[in-house]
Amino acid sequence: MDLVTFGVQLLNAVQYGMVLFLVASGLTLVFGILGVINLAHGAFYMLGAYLAYWIAAYTGSFWIAMVAGVAIAFVVGLVLESVFIRRLYGRDHLVQVLLSFGLILVIDEVREILFGKDVHSVAPPAWLAGSIQLTDNLSYPVYRLAICGFCMIVAALIFLVITRTKIGMIVRAGAENREMTRVLGIRFDVVNRYVFAVGIALAALGGIVIAPISTVFPGMGDGMLILSFVVVVLGGIGSVAGAAVGALLIGLTDTFGKVFFPSVSSILIYVLMAMVLLWRPNGILGRREV
Amino acid sequence: MSNRLIVSRRTLLTGAAGAATLAVAPALRSPAIAQNAPLKVGLMLPYTGTYAKLGKFIDDGFRLYVEQKGGKLGGREIAFVQVDDESKPEAATDNMNRLVGREKADVVIGTVHSGVAMAMVKVARDTKTLLIIPNAGANDATGPACAPNIFRSSFSNWQTTFPMGKVLADAGIKNVATITWRYTAGAEMIDAFAENFTKHGGKIVEKMTVPFPEVEFQALLTRVATLKPDAVFSFFAGGGAVKFVKDYAAAGLGKTIPLYGAGFLTDGTLAAQGDAANGIRTTLHYADNLDIPANIAFLKAFKDKTGNVGDIYAVQGFDAAALLDAGLSAVGGDDKQRDKMIAAMGAAKIDSPRGPLAFNKAHNPIQNIYLREVRNGRNELVSIAQKDVDDPARGCKLG
Repeated sequence: MDLVTFGVQLLNAVQYGMVLFLVASGLTLVFGILGVINLAHGAFYMLGAYLAYWIAAYTGSFWIAMVAGVAIAFVVGLVLESVFIRRLYGRDHLVQVLLSFGLILVIDEVREILFGKDVHSVAPPAWLAGSIQLTDNLSYPVYRLAICGFCMIVAALIFLVITRTKIGMIVRAGAENREMTRVLGIRFDVVNRYVFAVGIALAALGGIVIAPISTVFPGMGDGMLILSFVVVVLGGIGSVAGAAVGALLIGLTDTFGKVFFPSVSSILIYVLMAMVLLWRPNGILGRREV
Repeated sequence: MSNRLIVSRRTLLTGAAGAATLAVAPALRSPAIAQNAPLKVGLMLPYTGTYAKLGKFIDDGFRLYVEQKGGKLGGREIAFVQVDDESKPEAATDNMNRLVGREKADVVIGTVHSGVAMAMVKVARDTKTLLIIPNAGANDATGPACAPNIFRSSFSNWQTTFPMGKVLADAGIKNVATITWRYTAGAEMIDAFAENFTKHGGKIVEKMTVPFPEVEFQALLTRVATLKPDAVFSFFAGGGAVKFVKDYAAAGLGKTIPLYGAGFLTDGTLAAQGDAANGIRTTLHYADNLDIPANIAFLKAFKDKTGNVGDIYAVQGFDAAALLDAGLSAVGGDDKQRDKMIAAMGAAKIDSPRGPLAFNKAHNPIQNIYLREVRNGRNELVSIAQKDVDDPARGCKLG
């Protein structure tokens, strides 16, 4: 493999990793901070993609679709938290799994009623629709590069909010010691609601942003859910930085696995996960005491 | 009209234990069903998941034929029971046993996914249930696993791509790279193409695969650009086909390395693929603008019934019903005259929307394979790639 091809493959790997990060970041927030296993994360990813398709087809603007889609997902997240999820804090994981599995079925059904079963595609914004010539016969869609940049901005934002703001401080305190935070008079319940809603909004945002380079189809959330869990567990539960590292590792393993070891590429990421967990049972950037 | 009972995924979950119990006792099926009772057709199709749309079109096509015959085939009224197979092979045996056991389906129609279909074939062989496969192309179903009670109204994987090998060789193409999902259907379609292509002097430079049902192709597209073959031959379907064709075009490869494929690459997916699919040539047993009376009538009737434009999946569902009709008509609707009914089905000559349709000793269709090109958002006919293509039915001991 010559250097140029290697460079292109590296770009493929980073770009894929960034996409995975965008989806997994919401999962790691909800999982790590609220302690809730949300199996419906993939379903919200799919819902986001369908919303993007639907709103973009209706308004003709990808940007309106993006803002409106995220807003809808955020509101749905707030409602779900106040009706269902808040009853699950501190309860057995089995209850959470059952509830969020139920949500998958409900969301699938809603998707079917609203949007049907068809496969759709979404056009990227016109000024991002072109591509850049990389080699004599290979070009790279600008939109894929834009996603890389966008994901980095999202990552930085999440990181800043959690480490540098008062809200972030409350979130971290609540994750550390729920009872003590409450005793100190902090309305932790409200913060929880927003964290959950942000998690859902991030899943939907992932679906929306990826819709133009992926296809919008009914089962699209299933594979992404599994990959997201791998990323979260690999990086360390609750760690946004960990999710970024995990996602990049998966991207690299998957891309170069397909190139060098095509016959076993499908299991390579799971082998990677197993090895990392043997080395660091709490994930690469996971907290030791968990 | 026809009875309609939808067995949902949830009901199936709760009923799984019961179904498993019933599965061991299929012989308990009552032999005393009066002949005038409706014939129960079990539709085991993907109503959700990646292949949901295909399942729906097969279902619609089948029902259209039955409706055209006044709800009766061979004078016998038809009742339906539906099971959503979700394209999940691991649940296939239970689902099929449930249809045959608890639901007492006399005939089963299914399915799209080859893995699920092969599990159904196994149960059908064990329970002697009449099975018509309306899509899944696994060569084995009409190969080593063939049986008198198993029919196919669609195609074998071998059949759809074998003629393309000669088409490419005749076009002066020497080196081809192939790309597909790593599962049976993918391997069989690529192998049949390669068999004919190499026989006519072509060379396969690399066979690339991605795990099913993954849709991340970027790494392999980069590989294609490095290999610089004369052409790429590929098979994907549904959402994967849309993404592959769009990614291929977005990578700029289409300009220098033409993309060819099995017909499914551009079937039922063109609206979502848009301009990216323009000019792609594929082979299949159908073309959207097939200008024959049966097809024109079919497309009109399908549009009137469903509001949708019919496609090959709808045709396969339609023909599955026509095949069952041929059998039931020969025995006056009495499906207990099993041998006579099966003989009539095997000898059936159907004037299908896809063209003349007959069946070989393994009960796989003998049919024309068409070369099509994507133009104006349709798979338009270029020529007949090969007439009356008959699958070799390797490994089948029938006949």
